[in-house]
Amino acid sequence: MEENLKKTCLYDSHVALGAKMSPFAGFMMPIQYSSITQEHLAVRQRVGMFDVSHMGEIFISGLDAVKFVGHIFTNDVRNMTAGEILYGMMLYPDGGTVDDLLVYKEEAKDAFLLVVNAANIEKDYQWMLENAAGYDVVVDNRSDAWGQIAVQGPDAEKVLVSELGLVEAAALTFYTYRDFDYKGCRMIVSRTGYTGEDGFEIYADPQGTVEIWNTLLEAGVEPCGLGCRDTLRFEAGLPLYGDELSADISPVMAGLGMFCKMDKEEFIGKEALAAQKAGALEKKLVGIEIQDKAIPRATYPVETPEGAEVGVVTTGYHSISLDKSICFALVDKAYAALGTPLCVRIRKKVFPGIVVKKRFYQPTDKK
Amino acid sequence: MSKVLEGLLYSESHEWVKVEDGIAVIGVSDFAQAEMGDITYVDMPEVDDEVNAGEEFGALESVKASSDLYAPVSGTVVEVNGALEDEPELINQDAFAAWIIKVKISDPSELDKLMDAAAYESSIA
Repeated sequence: MEENLKKTCLYDSHVALGAKMSPFAGFMMPIQYSSITQEHLAVRQRVGMFDVSHMGEIFISGLDAVKFVGHIFTNDVRNMTAGEILYGMMLYPDGGTVDDLLVYKEEAKDAFLLVVNAANIEKDYQWMLENAAGYDVVVDNRSDAWGQIAVQGPDAEKVLVSELGLVEAAALTFYTYRDFDYKGCRMIVSRTGYTGEDGFEIYADPQGTVEIWNTLLEAGVEPCGLGCRDTLRFEAGLPLYGDELSADISPVMAGLGMFCKMDKEEFIGKEALAAQKAGALEKKLVGIEIQDKAIPRATYPVETPEGAEVGVVTTGYHSISLDKSICFALVDKAYAALGTPLCVRIRKKVFPGIVVKKRFYQPTDKK
Repeated sequence: MSKVLEGLLYSESHEWVKVEDGIAVIGVSDFAQAEMGDITYVDMPEVDDEVNAGEEFGALESVKASSDLYAPVSGTVVEVNGALEDEPELINQDAFAAWIIKVKISDPSELDKLMDAAAYESSIA
């Protein structure tokens, strides 16, 4: 089983650091190095770095690139300028989610970089190829050629400038990027992340990725595993594909309708989303805070105070930053309003709670 | 390396038992706490609850996961460690000092099915 798992270019470094390794999305990945709590707080208070080399990089180019990306992607790429980034989804015709992803507008007029979830690389690539019929585009999956490090936290900018010499990165605003040359190879630095903090994502070739990682490690940047990546993104109200978005969960159900531009002429899944927005929606994703230290976990049932089962937890933690037990849950839309009393069944007991905003943690100011 | 304390009995599900005058003091092993990582919550039964050998009596929660606790012996809960409600991390600090519940043993023969320190040590090696 483990022989079939892929390793990122930083695998040896993780092992040398004594990380707890575990399979994730077909890769052997570090879950934690020291402790999830310590790594989580390092990102909230200073700066931490994550090996996210498992993420997928798919390049789209050709005369019809703008039209094609607009066809498969919910957000509007028509007016993007070089160096801009948009978040959005690819959908099935029924509105279910193929994946959520970032679209980078490249310097060349008809070129984009699509950054997709590791678990979905092959599925997404096939989906793009299937839907490229009739479009003059080249779909190039370069996921294995790129490493990626996410440097996240209030001190991220300082570290990029002082340790990596990326002075121009300081001028990047949130959701923009620029290219650098790293020893003759292309390096992409974007002001993006998945933690709710300020931060950057650095894409480089495998050799460069290892060197950058080691430089940051020597500078005292805390190596952080996927364990705290999940606690951080969850507190910041960010969805994880597979939990809060899936073939069965549309962006409208997940409360991400703002990333689906209904004024576009067309995109795959648009009609289904329009119907959901018009009232066909049955479930909505909510945040629930429970008044106890017990922890609501994925798959635990959500009930009304009268005991009727009306939903299910998708992700839950005892929040490290807030010291509260909170969760995302997919519930019948009649119970989705803020302030609605809802309970979570945790093992044999039922814990009362209340519907709250999904952005549990208010991130620090971003550029 | 995880610590194993001599003189205690151990279950396959990593609980330890110390027998004192017909009372089983029950906790989890150092191995179990190390596997769990930072423990954030201990779900415990109440005094006078009945527990049955091999059945779930509570759970440990870490940041990442929850792990059920199984009763190594049957009996009636006579005391729970209230200190764990506010300081679940006591289990991480010293798993053998941070007992979870005390049970009045109803069937002492069940103790024979548990492992001694040497047997437990080789089971986790």
